[in-house]
Amino acid sequence: MTLDRVPRIVTSRIGYEDSYTLERFLATGGYDGLRKALSMSPGEVSAEVNTASLLGRGGAGFPAGRKWSMLRAAPTTYLVVNGDESEPATFKDHLLLERDPHQLIEGVMIAAYAIGAAQVFIFIRGEMALGIERVTQALNEAYEYGAVGRNVLGSSFSVDVVVHPGAGAYICGEETALLESLEGKRGFPRIKPPYFPAAIGLYGEPTVVNNVETMSNLPWIVLNGGAAFAALGSGSSTGTRLFALSGRVNNPGVFELEMAKTTFRDLIFDKSLGNGIIDGKALKAFIPGGVSAPWFSPDQVDIHLDQDEVGKAGSMLGSGSVVVMDETTCALRAAWRITKFFWRESCGQCTPCREGSGWLEKTLWRIENGEGSEEELDMLMDVCDNLAPGLTWPPQQTTICVLGPSIPSSIASAIRMFRDELLVHVKEGRCPFA
Amino acid sequence: MTHLSEEMITHARQLVSLYPEPRSALIPICHLAQEQDGWLRPEAIEEIAAIVGVSPAEVFGTASFYDLLHTEPVGRYVVSICTNIACMLAGAYDLLDHAEKNLGIKAGGTTPDGLFTLEDAECIADCDNAPCLQVNGRYFGKLTRAEFDKLVEDLRACELAEQVPTHGTLCRVRRSVGLAARDSGGDIHPGTGGEPERSSSAGGGSASESEKGGVAGSGTAGTSQPARRSRRGKK
Repeated sequence: MTLDRVPRIVTSRIGYEDSYTLERFLATGGYDGLRKALSMSPGEVSAEVNTASLLGRGGAGFPAGRKWSMLRAAPTTYLVVNGDESEPATFKDHLLLERDPHQLIEGVMIAAYAIGAAQVFIFIRGEMALGIERVTQALNEAYEYGAVGRNVLGSSFSVDVVVHPGAGAYICGEETALLESLEGKRGFPRIKPPYFPAAIGLYGEPTVVNNVETMSNLPWIVLNGGAAFAALGSGSSTGTRLFALSGRVNNPGVFELEMAKTTFRDLIFDKSLGNGIIDGKALKAFIPGGVSAPWFSPDQVDIHLDQDEVGKAGSMLGSGSVVVMDETTCALRAAWRITKFFWRESCGQCTPCREGSGWLEKTLWRIENGEGSEEELDMLMDVCDNLAPGLTWPPQQTTICVLGPSIPSSIASAIRMFRDELLVHVKEGRCPFA
Repeated sequence: MTHLSEEMITHARQLVSLYPEPRSALIPICHLAQEQDGWLRPEAIEEIAAIVGVSPAEVFGTASFYDLLHTEPVGRYVVSICTNIACMLAGAYDLLDHAEKNLGIKAGGTTPDGLFTLEDAECIADCDNAPCLQVNGRYFGKLTRAEFDKLVEDLRACELAEQVPTHGTLCRVRRSVGLAARDSGGDIHPGTGGEPERSSSAGGGSASESEKGGVAGSGTAGTSQPARRSRRGKK
């Protein structure tokens, strides 16, 4: 554990009661990163971000600098910030939006300058009313201060930033669905190719879509240099990252940790972090990166919070949210609830996802309530196979977006890891945990 | 005489002016209409359609996709209890059962007095405070049954008016810059007409100065390339 020597990159102000105000922001080095960026060329700023090797913090973990470099040359390009954090048990952007909105705006302005954006849209999940209010207030202040708008901080750079509220749809976290929503339509993911909005994005123009946490790292990277960021972490997992810990732990919360240095054991059991499992119960399983990710078993707790290491072990670090299940948790019920979520949030465009999610949910519910049969466990796997052929990881896809292929993760995990426990439901005609 | 108030219509037009294409303001304006009425009334949908230049059916078809946009009346307080994985592991279904008994309605229902709508909600991203809920989008966490009862009591007595606005009010802070209300057919995007300029020194600008100097510059660095687009708007 190396908690002590690691700088707090995105949570340095969180401890202040007034962390969201312009006064506190300016008193703690706020907008210095933007000032420095404006003294550099846009290419130099991008180079620092490339050196930092900043991986996107939204879930896919795509390098931010590379995303920027893929922009199709065009007179008008847009920057869109994805603040639609809705992956169940993910609540880190929520913290950044409410507690340090100016840091986000500063990061946004640095990125807008680097890519030469014509306009910026900060898309914030509609459920986050306070976050929307805080960012809107901060934006008003930033305009008045001169950090946004015309001739930013006295430079020749000008850009307009708009806060755009979402309206409640998980699928809008998928970047092409987000763009559709931003265009005033239903949040239907777009057919690929083109795979990246960098080619065809908002209003058909080249667009960069970056996550809130990704943007919030930029002021520090510009001020301290990409190399200092890349010196933290290990391999491709550089810098620090926010991990949202929830479930059956004593101290759930959002923790900023150095990438690839901390293990899941540290996160769950260390006194300064999760502080162990409630009532000293035994760990049963944990989800390493959002409910779209396959589960890990207790013998995998020594895996590091490292994108590649988790990937090699058959799951993903995803949105950085870790859910802990203990011996009192019914694995089937957990899988059912996650599946119910996907069923409710499926946009309905693709048959395997729209129909499959409903079948799966109903079947799981029946088994959970003691009305299932052993054959149905195999049928569940068969329906899952229609969504993600072969049930490999990362999944194969039969749908427009990755929502569908994410559904089998929890179901296949529960069946593979806890088949006997599921069969008790069938044999005893009831849930043994009820 | 319009259904939406003059203030709402003015603000809706200002929102349109923030985007390269008017339809982008559709969802933000739906939120405004809900701020006035608590839900999306058919009359409001007609007016929103006219403001953004699409048919009422398109507004309805878009709005009906989204959980937070209500095309049917809802209570003054929409109580959304999260039952997703983190909250479920903290007893959310017990809390939901209790809430159903307290309010005398099932999840999805509204009390006969029109005060409460109860929702079995998906994750609202407050998982370290599980089990948690929102009332009109405002968070309440780590709730026991007794605390839930107290919350309902306080809401009934209007004692949380500061904390919890009536349903539909998403953002109590209005954008204060770059809001040139647009007449139909005019320039969609503000601030693209003139050379970028900034009159006030950093930090010293008054609100009115930033109104004039801080509006959408919309130029890439060193150019005055407008972000406004017309191709799609014409179809």
